[in-house]
Amino acid sequence: MSKVIAVLGDDISTDHIYPGRFMATVLPSETPQYCFADMTELNAALKAGRFPAGSFIVAGSNFGCGSSREQAASTINGYGLIVVARSFARIFLQNAVNLGLQLIICPRIEANEGDDIELKADILLNKTTGKSYEIVPLPKLRQAIMEAGGLVAYTRKLVKARLDQS
Amino acid sequence: MPMTLSEKILARASGLKFVNAGDVVEPKVDLAMSHENAALVLHQFKEIYNGLNTEPKVWDPGRIAIIFDHRIPAESSKTATNQKRVRDFIASQGITKFHDIRGDEGGICHQILPENGYVRPGSVVVGTDSHTTTHGALGAFAFGIGATEMASVWALGNALNIEVPMTIKVVIDGQLSPHVSAKDVILFLIGLIKADGANYRALEFHGSTIRTMSTSSRLVLCNMAVEAGATVGIVPPDSETARYLREEAGVSDQLWLESPDIDAVYDRVVSIDAATLAPQIACPHTVDHVKSVTDVEGKRVDQIVIGSCTNGRLDDLAAAARLLKSRKVHDRTRMLVFPASWKIYKEAMDLGYLKDLMEAGAVVMNPGCGCCLGVHQGALGDGEVALSTTNRNFKGRMGNPTAEVYLCSPEVAAASAIRGAISDPREI
Repeated sequence: MSKVIAVLGDDISTDHIYPGRFMATVLPSETPQYCFADMTELNAALKAGRFPAGSFIVAGSNFGCGSSREQAASTINGYGLIVVARSFARIFLQNAVNLGLQLIICPRIEANEGDDIELKADILLNKTTGKSYEIVPLPKLRQAIMEAGGLVAYTRKLVKARLDQS
Repeated sequence: MPMTLSEKILARASGLKFVNAGDVVEPKVDLAMSHENAALVLHQFKEIYNGLNTEPKVWDPGRIAIIFDHRIPAESSKTATNQKRVRDFIASQGITKFHDIRGDEGGICHQILPENGYVRPGSVVVGTDSHTTTHGALGAFAFGIGATEMASVWALGNALNIEVPMTIKVVIDGQLSPHVSAKDVILFLIGLIKADGANYRALEFHGSTIRTMSTSSRLVLCNMAVEAGATVGIVPPDSETARYLREEAGVSDQLWLESPDIDAVYDRVVSIDAATLAPQIACPHTVDHVKSVTDVEGKRVDQIVIGSCTNGRLDDLAAAARLLKSRKVHDRTRMLVFPASWKIYKEAMDLGYLKDLMEAGAVVMNPGCGCCLGVHQGALGDGEVALSTTNRNFKGRMGNPTAEVYLCSPEVAAASAIRGAISDPREI
């Protein structure tokens, strides 16, 4: 069981998550400092380590719309957060899978800041309101990348197989 | 089995006779494009080879394009160092399609690719930039990916686990009114279907308006397809595509000029009557918050931006120059012009457009993306209002979360520059 640390609306863009002016910073280890940089309270709380890994961000539809910048996924991943949204934009979802950021597609999710949430196999239980919500699973092949620990590890296996063949 | 254009391209690139929407394929990549974020691609590429006891080697140095455009000239030593790393890598791998900051060939990636004939109809193009959808204007299946996914493409030469998208057929018929252009069409469409209306879908453009449109205008449509969430925007290649490639891009070899099958299965059909469209404006802070220019007329503007990968082509600069010739940019407004490439810059110079723009008070900048995404050149002050021909108006987009960005066509931008407030070009 973990807490919802922020509830965001629809169409949260990659500019909200990781503003363009910090794009000169690229390495996953360096990006977390700018997570939600323009939401100053959330950014400060994250940097102060006020939220344990496994805490939830809850959003509406089309979370991560906009840029292909991978920093938007690595910056959240740096805090070990889980993002629950009604839907995710395509490139952001793919980047999240590739980097091992945990996303949950939950088309009817309703939650408030501070609610306790528990993740079960295919449902999300909001313990504070007592309501439960169905989860849409990620496509199987994306699960395989997640299970490999991300796309770098997954591709490394494929490259190794090719090298072994030749 | 009938197929949409996207299905035909993905089938061909995956070595299959047929594919259907929903199938998962691993298409061969014809062109893999990145810009300054090649620095991160490079980092992840080396990570892939970590522990494999072999030197990292890209699959095909002739199919990788790297164009520096987001932060040129470098705005910081950090960027300069990243660019230096990428240049060294390009030299060591023998990558040939590299466009550095150079006045004789450089520019914005989504202009450099078409301009140099790097994009062919029927090809699969991936780019570490969401606006890679632009290249669908030439009949390519072109989509944005992240840096780690690009590192995987560099290593393998194919994209992994691509779900064949369902296609939305967009039919646009009728003649556009004077002062109404492709930008107004795509803004209207995004306002109609909304920011996630084409999420995980292909947008395939049809109709008499499209058939009579120049490639330059088709590039505008496909550029912004991603603002409705689309994986790709695509125009079936035709005689105009062939003309552009031969006459403007120097392509002489055989072209793949396939059409989608007449009985292809579409997710849905969206029809637009082009003749009824007025100039459009996307209001803050989402691209789908679209209104007719008449509904926002008079809104005071601090900065006007014309250019970028969306509307920085020769016809865009010509339209702006026509309106601004012998007129002045209002003294409370500043105007920045970013041609999409140095080739366009030079042509606009030779044709006198840049002179007209400068004499009106505009500042002609070097081709580049920086202002559009708030990383370089032209950031906004607290509470300022910008009117821009670029493609995004998210909060903070132009470098200041308290500022407002409105999006429009070059003609609306030029008309508004004269009055210092949002104006209808039909009234100038």
